[in-house]
Amino acid sequence: MIEAAFVTFLVGLLGATLRVATPLLFATIGELYTERSGVLNLGIEGIMFLGAFVGFAIAAKSAEAELAGYLWLGLGGAIVVGLIMGLLMAFFSVTLGVNQHVAGLGITLLSTGLALFGFRMIFGQSSVLPSIEPFAQLSIFGDLPILGPIFEQYLLTYVAFIVLLPLAWWLLYRTNYGLELRSVGENPEAADAAGVNVFRVRYITLALGAALMAIGGAFLSLAQLGAFSPGIIAGRGWVCIALVIFAKWDPIRAMWGALLFGGVFALQLRLQLLDLVDIPFEFFLALPYLVTIAALALAGRNVAYPGAYLKAYRRE
Amino acid sequence: MDRPNAIEMRHIYKRFGSLVASDHVNFMLCQGEIHALLGENGAGKTTLMRILYGLYHADSGEIVVNGQAAEIKSPKDAIAVGIGMVTQHFALVPPLTVTENIILGYTDGFQINLNEAHRRVAEASEKFGIPVEPKALVKDLSVGQRQRVEILKALYRNANVLIMDEPTAVLVPQEVEQLFESLERLRRQGLSVIFISHKLNEVMTITDRVTVLRLGENAGTVETQSTSPPELARMMVGRETFGVTKTAGKPSQGKIVLELAQVAALDNKGLPALKNITLQVRAGEILGLAGVSGNGQTELAQVLDGTRLVTAGQIKVLNHDITNVGPEKVMAAGVGRIPEDRHESVVAELSVAQNMALEHLDEFTRQGVLNKKTLLEHAKKLIAEYQIKASPGDKIRTLSGGNMQKVILARVLERNPQVIIVAQPTRGLDVGATEYVRGKLLEQRRKGAAILLISEDLDEILELADTIAVIYEGEIMDILPAAAAETERLGLLMSGVKADKVGA
Ligand SMILES: Nc1ncnc2c1ncn2[C@@H]1O[C@H](COP(=O)(O)OP(=O)(O)OP(=O)(O)O)[C@@H](O)[C@H]1O
Ligand SMILES: [Mg+2]
Repeated sequence: MIEAAFVTFLVGLLGATLRVATPLLFATIGELYTERSGVLNLGIEGIMFLGAFVGFAIAAKSAEAELAGYLWLGLGGAIVVGLIMGLLMAFFSVTLGVNQHVAGLGITLLSTGLALFGFRMIFGQSSVLPSIEPFAQLSIFGDLPILGPIFEQYLLTYVAFIVLLPLAWWLLYRTNYGLELRSVGENPEAADAAGVNVFRVRYITLALGAALMAIGGAFLSLAQLGAFSPGIIAGRGWVCIALVIFAKWDPIRAMWGALLFGGVFALQLRLQLLDLVDIPFEFFLALPYLVTIAALALAGRNVAYPGAYLKAYRRE
Repeated sequence: MDRPNAIEMRHIYKRFGSLVASDHVNFMLCQGEIHALLGENGAGKTTLMRILYGLYHADSGEIVVNGQAAEIKSPKDAIAVGIGMVTQHFALVPPLTVTENIILGYTDGFQINLNEAHRRVAEASEKFGIPVEPKALVKDLSVGQRQRVEILKALYRNANVLIMDEPTAVLVPQEVEQLFESLERLRRQGLSVIFISHKLNEVMTITDRVTVLRLGENAGTVETQSTSPPELARMMVGRETFGVTKTAGKPSQGKIVLELAQVAALDNKGLPALKNITLQVRAGEILGLAGVSGNGQTELAQVLDGTRLVTAGQIKVLNHDITNVGPEKVMAAGVGRIPEDRHESVVAELSVAQNMALEHLDEFTRQGVLNKKTLLEHAKKLIAEYQIKASPGDKIRTLSGGNMQKVILARVLERNPQVIIVAQPTRGLDVGATEYVRGKLLEQRRKGAAILLISEDLDEILELADTIAVIYEGEIMDILPAAAAETERLGLLMSGVKADKVGA
């Protein structure tokens, strides 16, 4: 009996880990690419939030209009708004050469403000949160024990782990764009002298990166929750910033980081439910973040930041 | 020369703020020649070449490549018309491999076929006779190897004009020889080379013609065969120059000031860098430490200024033990240092005045508050005394190499240190500045300072030192009086051949 309960517990934990890790993986890869080009995008928290909102708003309105692919429209909208915010960040940090911390926090404030404003405008101030019918989970192993429930996941989770991750790795290490990206973030003078258009590479990367952050946010509203609330992101963006350092700017390590955080987060939820001892639930809520900090403290020493991290490039 | 021009730069004009770095310069490069560009620090050599390579934009003027007007807005454009550049500070990405650095920005298709790329780089390496290791990481390469990667990178892009900005400043004699052989061979294959150097003997050896820049203007182009180093020096500075001369190499009888006894230390990787170093420097003596770079010189300088721990042995200044006491106490004991990398011993964003006070801030503060007025007066005094071309408020990074070195020199020598540790003091400096720095060191010697001169430039050591020690793989090979030192013998010692085998 106890064994069976334990297996159920583990299976649930693993499934939830993958779910929680999904938005983190999208956004972490986005931030990782951005930083590899030499730019820190602290707009991540806001861009995830805005992505979650725009995705949800478009999906909700499309559903009202009885459009069939309303969720996909929402996702598309999130991607577009992500691209726009990425380009805006690029304009500030690449073209104007504004301090990247300031520019990024500005983007977060702007995006958060826009999303909250839009939310009030569109959904008013009702006491019940609006909701939509979210993406369904795919159960590719059907009713098989163990595998069935673990891999009953959203399409976007599969995309994140099976498509995005290998693609991100391949793009970074095996393509000309990746080579240019790594050079631009490491030594833009050298890249420039070699004939690489530093500005273009950074613009493209920041736009793509922010689009991934927005997808991460939209995953929460369109798949996991089917709703939008002001607390939806809850610092996940900041966690991703830490995960990038933990990952030492490598996509595969980023996956392990996302899974670690996802695992602790899922565990924490279950511990809360168990009502084991009377530890205040806030402690459990804080647990994943504490683990992130601890992991960072252990893995984040002596990390080699990209050579041109935080530096704008100017040619005179 | 009667060959057609590969490059014609006409009326190139470029201003940085109020400073005219290139004042209607005309510059012609023939096909298949090695053409030197000479000039004092700040004369505008690098600026002119950066304009040719598209890294700077001229305010006006035109560039003609192989008879056709060329619009060069970026290095990409320059590469497209066959121009390659090896910059003063290497433009390589250290964490990437040699191959990745070479193909960067010059690839077709989207995906990289790494095996194919390695093969092509190896092929080019063979074809041009520039040996490189395609799979090595650039960060693991020596300076000489990195330079070869840079050259190959340009040739791989089908450059037929190669700009080399002070390529020999960072090389040891053997590497310089190799480089010259390569350039000679490439020239016969039709490559045109623009060669920037401050070393007149190199210019005389390798080039066909010389163009001299002075204060941003073209001061004339001459055939190398029909000129001489004194004439070139005169063209550069616009007046006669005189080499410094050491007053009689009397074997110093001063008291021993700096003493190292069986000193050992580790390098950054934790491997032994210094083994059993025993040296003595007397008052009024310059001890020259010769050696190929990377044989422990850097570590020795750090041990002496207190920034690296000694693992065995003892260091004494006037019988004061200063072993592992830290930089502050070392300085208090009367040791002044002029480090190898001048950019690392100043704070780029701070002003000249602030940098001049940096090592003794306590003397410029009252109750923890910096006294701007004394700071300024102090700087003004030193600027006048050392003839530095800058004002106290200038950010130090805007200074030319020579002036930056003078600031460091002023900061150290002003305190009349009893011991001076000086590494590569004239690297990258023009003839005038070199002369000035060497003169100052000799002046300190006259005043009775004990000077340890670490230099990879044998000529410099032979010119200044009273006694010469040769270091190889962290060990002192031999110590001999300068009068008895011949270049050949030093060369052998520097490559690790023991004294008894040299046949002293
Ligand atoms: N990016 C820049 N901004 C402002 N001033 C500059 C810049 N680059 C060069 N200068 C100034 O232009 C002048 C010419 O500099 P340049 O680097 O071309 O001299 P150089 O002949 O190469 O000297 P060196 O022998 O020291 O390398 C100098 O006074 C320098 O301070
Ligand atoms: Mg220069």
